Order: sequence, then structure tokens, then C-alpha cells
Amino acid sequence: MIIFQNVTKEYNHGTVALDKVSFKVHPGEFVSIVGRSGAGKSTVVKLLIGEEKPEKGQVFFSSYEVNKLKPSELPEYRRRIGVIFQDFRLLSKKTVFENVSFALEVAGRPQREINEFVPQVIEMVGLVGKERNFPAELSGGERQRVAIARAMINRPDLIIADEPTGNLDPLNTWEVIKILLKINEMGSTVLLATHDKEIVNTLGQRVITLDNGQVVRDEEHGRFLIG
Amino acid sequence: MVTISRIVKYGLQAIWRNGLLSASTVSIMILAALVFEGLIIFNVIGKSATQSIQEKIDISVYFKSNTPEDSILSIKRSLEGLNEVKEVEYISREQALEDFKARHSDDDAIKQALDELTSNPLLASLNVKAKDPHEYKTIANYLENQNLKEKVEKITYAQNQVVIERLISLVDTVKGTGILLTIFFAFLAVMVTFNTIRLAIFSNSEQLGIMRIVGASNKFIQGPYVIEGIFYGFVSAVISFVILVPLIGFLSPYLHTFIPELDLRVYFRESYISLFLYQLLFCVGVGIISSSIAIRRYLKT
Repeated sequence: MIIFQNVTKEYNHGTVALDKVSFKVHPGEFVSIVGRSGAGKSTVVKLLIGEEKPEKGQVFFSSYEVNKLKPSELPEYRRRIGVIFQDFRLLSKKTVFENVSFALEVAGRPQREINEFVPQVIEMVGLVGKERNFPAELSGGERQRVAIARAMINRPDLIIADEPTGNLDPLNTWEVIKILLKINEMGSTVLLATHDKEIVNTLGQRVITLDNGQVVRDEEHGRFLIG
Repeated sequence: MVTISRIVKYGLQAIWRNGLLSASTVSIMILAALVFEGLIIFNVIGKSATQSIQEKIDISVYFKSNTPEDSILSIKRSLEGLNEVKEVEYISREQALEDFKARHSDDDAIKQALDELTSNPLLASLNVKAKDPHEYKTIANYLENQNLKEKVEKITYAQNQVVIERLISLVDTVKGTGILLTIFFAFLAVMVTFNTIRLAIFSNSEQLGIMRIVGASNKFIQGPYVIEGIFYGFVSAVISFVILVPLIGFLSPYLHTFIPELDLRVYFRESYISLFLYQLLFCVGVGIISSSIAIRRYLKT
């Protein structure tokens, strides 16, 4: 489903963010990508959502060769994946309901469908009663749950979470992880980039470890093994 | 259809929710629109002023009292045959006396003096108006070359040459300055509006990135800003027009004293629809173009 094939990414001043990285993720997997800050986790995410292009190698998702997508093809591609960020990235001038429905609206889905799906997803992430609130009126945990609701509203095959718990307290952290596990149980592949040791060790799922832009470990039931 | 209605909804929602930003953008655009209107009106005033000056410039050819009317009329015809000449008016000696009397009907001393005269002391003349004030010199030269010395008493061009030339250069300066000022202020108004809209979009640039990540296509990102541009343009055109109406009423009498030919209120009454349409076009045009250009740099990936 996801294939990174000898992917090298350099930034302007010659910094190598990823160095000949190769790995595969199969449909329905829950994979954690771990590593120190600057190890290349976020670069993997950026390459996967088409925000950056690799200097060498190929990135595949489903039938898409992501590194070859034209700017005009990116919107449609991005509707097939859901992304969650550490800083939530919500539309500050839109309410909870609108933030979630936006993803459906830009995909051109009919209003009837929006009115049906959005409340369901909002209920699933536990935000009933907050539909008309703006992001600024929510706690960090609530904001991240809005972001998750938005990511899953299009029923994507893949959910990418880039340090989703980085700004959250332990209680909210586990709430978010539980939701991600639930999404995974429902059939979506989940790719979790994190440097939270406790989460990775508790999950007991596949772990890809990055260090200095290279894959140093890839274990089926991995643990967080960086000092 | 669904897409357009959603884009319109986002646009209007953004205007409402960014109330303060919208208000400041509209107020800048109102100022720009007022400058634009000011330029149109300035050009109208300039045109009337220069026309009024041009109307006053002419050459009079005074004929000796013994010149027969026939030869004066034949000179008139030859003048009318010139390309440079707009019109030639013949004023006979009798007509000149009538005009003189009418002009001085309030002055008893002159009336009395005229009554004592046995013959008409005034001369017949031809008043020549040129199509372009620059042509008076050519016309004056033409008259001098016609060997009319025996018939002509005097040609006023020689006497008034300096004044005419000054008036001509004044008219030219007013026209030239008008064009320059129009270009300068129109550019200024467009730049200020453009930068205001650009700043408004810049302050939202992070939000644009988020929209992209969620899979919004360019039309979904750009569309609402174009709607905002149209809205700002429309509102500022209407408001600035509402400001303009009493302003014209106030200024009109003052201008009328300077340029009697110009009644700004009448001009406004006759052309307010086209004025408003120009303004609407200007504001909405600037709004749409500014937001379309400003947003483009955020639409790359």
C-alpha cells in the first residue's frame, strides 16, 4: 500500500533528511515511525502527502506514484488520506462542524451526506455539544479530536498522524491513541510518527526506527530503542 | 453548482467572521474609490475650465470704414475655407454699434456721447475662432499674407499674442497635469488596495496551507477570496458614492463661480449612472484582481 523505494531527500543547504530509505506498509497495518527530532519522521510524512518531492527514489501510495503527482492532481490524492498534526492545523474561523465538513465539501460531496456523516464522526471522537464552537474555544485534546474527525470523515484508506500527542497531556494522549486504534480496527491503515517512548512500547505494533535519515530498525512488534 | 454555492458561502462567512479586517479593507477601498471619483470629476472640471478659456480666445479683424461689405464677406468665405478655422462671425458696423449700446445701456455718459455722434464710429469686423488654439498664429499669418493692408485697420492677434500664447500654454499644462495626476493617483489607489488585500490574505496564509492538506483544490482556496474581493468592491463603491453626493452639492456653487460654464450638480444629475458604474467597475475590478494576484503565490502546491 505504501512503498518507499530508495528515497533520498535533501533540503536546500545540503542537509540530508532521508538517505536511501526503503520500507513497505501493508493495508490495515498500524505502523509507528520513531526517531529523535530531526531523524526524518516529518519528512516521511511530507513526502507521503506530496508536500515535498524526493531528490531520488519513489514514493507509492495505493495506485499513486506520489513523487510524480502534478499540483493539480494533489487535491484529489489528499482526499484519500487523512492527516493529523501536532499543532492540530484547524481552520480557526470555522466551527467544529465546519472544520469537519470542509473536507467533505471540498470533495464535492452532497449536503445530505455531510449532514449525515459529520454528526456521526463528531460523536465518535466524543465532541457532541461542541459542534458550534470555534477551535479557540476548545482544549488541546478537543482540538486534536476535531483534527482526527476531519482526517477520518472521508473514510480514507490511510491516516497519517505526525506527533499527534506532542501537545497533549497524558490523559488526552491516550484518548487520541485509542481513537487511532479504533480507526485502525475499522480498516484504515495508520502511520504514526512519534518520539513518545511510552506510546510505542504500549502499542506493541510494528515500529520503523529512523536515525539520521536512515532506517536503522524495522520490527513487527517493535519497541522504542533510542537513548 | 454546489461548488460555487459553497465558495460563495465561504467567502461571505469569512467577511463576516473577519469583521475588523473586512472593515479596514473596505475603508481603504472607499478612500481609493473617492480618489478615483475625484479624478473623474477633476478631469471634468479641467475640461470645462480649458474649454471655457478656449472659448474666450479669438482673433478679430477690424476693417477700415470704407471697405465694402462684399469684400469683407469674400474674406470671410476665404477664411472659412481654411482647415484651421472653426467659425467666422461677421459683425457689421451697425451690429457693432447695437452691441456696444446694449453693453453700455446702464452708462448714461456713454449713452449721451453716442447720441451726440452723427456717424457710426465703430468698425466692421470678423471674429475668427480656431479649431485648436495653437492654430491662431497660422490664421494670423494667413491674414497678413493676403495683402489686406488697404482694407484692414487692425488684427487683434498681434496685440493679444502674448496673452493668447500664455492661455494656450496654461491650457496645455492643465491637460498634461490632469493626465499625469490621473495616472499617479489611480496607480496609488490600486497599489494601496492591492497591498491591503495582500496583507489580509497573508495573515491567513497558514489557513490556506491547511486547506491544501485537507484536499481543497485551488478554486476552493481562491474562490472565497475572489468573492471577498467582489464584496469589498461593491460595498466600497456604494459607500463612497453615498459620500460623494453631498460633497458635490457642497462644492458645486464654489466651482460655478470660478467656471460659470460648469454646473457640477447638473453634470452629476446627467451622468450619475455612468459615474456609479465606472466606480463599481473600478472597485470590483481592483478587488478581484488584487485578491487573485495576491492569492496566487499560495496556490503552488
